[in-house]
Amino acid sequence: MIFNLTDVLMGLAGGLLIGAAAALLLLANGKIAGISGIVSRTVRQASNDRPETIAFIAGLIGAPALYGLLVAPPDISITQNPALIVAGGIIVGLGTVLGNGCTSGHGVCGVSRLSMRSIIAVCVFMAVAVLTTVFLRPVVGG
Amino acid sequence: MRIAIALLAGAIFGLGLTISDMVNPARVLAFLDVAGGAWDPTLAFVMGGAILPMAVAWRLTHTGTPFLATKFPGPASRVIDARLVGGAALFGLGWGLVGLCPGPALAVLSLDGWPAWLFAAAMLGGMMLANLLNRRGS
Repeated sequence: MIFNLTDVLMGLAGGLLIGAAAALLLLANGKIAGISGIVSRTVRQASNDRPETIAFIAGLIGAPALYGLLVAPPDISITQNPALIVAGGIIVGLGTVLGNGCTSGHGVCGVSRLSMRSIIAVCVFMAVAVLTTVFLRPVVGG
Repeated sequence: MRIAIALLAGAIFGLGLTISDMVNPARVLAFLDVAGGAWDPTLAFVMGGAILPMAVAWRLTHTGTPFLATKFPGPASRVIDARLVGGAALFGLGWGLVGLCPGPALAVLSLDGWPAWLFAAAMLGGMMLANLLNRRGS
């Protein structure tokens, strides 16, 4: 196990910012900051809050870009296997919309209101993600 | 005004994902890889840190209305069905393969080259497919 105090404290600080952002969206706009919901609503034909969801996505993409320009671009390490990337992307998109949420919608917004649905979803996706990373990823060559 | 708040919330959310390094798939996979001998607990602190302000916010929704809208979201659904469990399992599979979930997949777009864009495009395709399936199913 690696325990780097700086990493953990930055993680905690970043997490508090994520929670504060979700709290702001809930208390001001009455909306749940689930990213898969926000993105899938934006590309759905019958969307009634598209200007808001597009603004949220613009901030979500724009702030890291500004951080990269003004502070320092973080090192990103991602698989270079295009087949794995396409398969992973499609499955994440499909799964989060069918299961009605992802790490933010179920993990942050649902668990914090003690929704049983979200707690079960988090247990399932965490367990499958751990099993996939440990057993499947070495085989498919991520 | 609601659009400005949404933009601000998205920006704070993206900044949080960046400084916590959750935009980096290697960091996420180091949390998920519990057997690798180099387990990195950072993601647990990010989740814990994010749940705290939201737990307070949900308490504040018990009375009144949002500042800029007419009502808060209704009570959480209590339906536990195959769609929820199957969807969550699919999501876990994709997340474990690449190390990106929907928030970081968008936040990382300006920080990485073609792999991030390819992932985001595939994810959008998967979401549109699920929207189609949901429309047929209901």
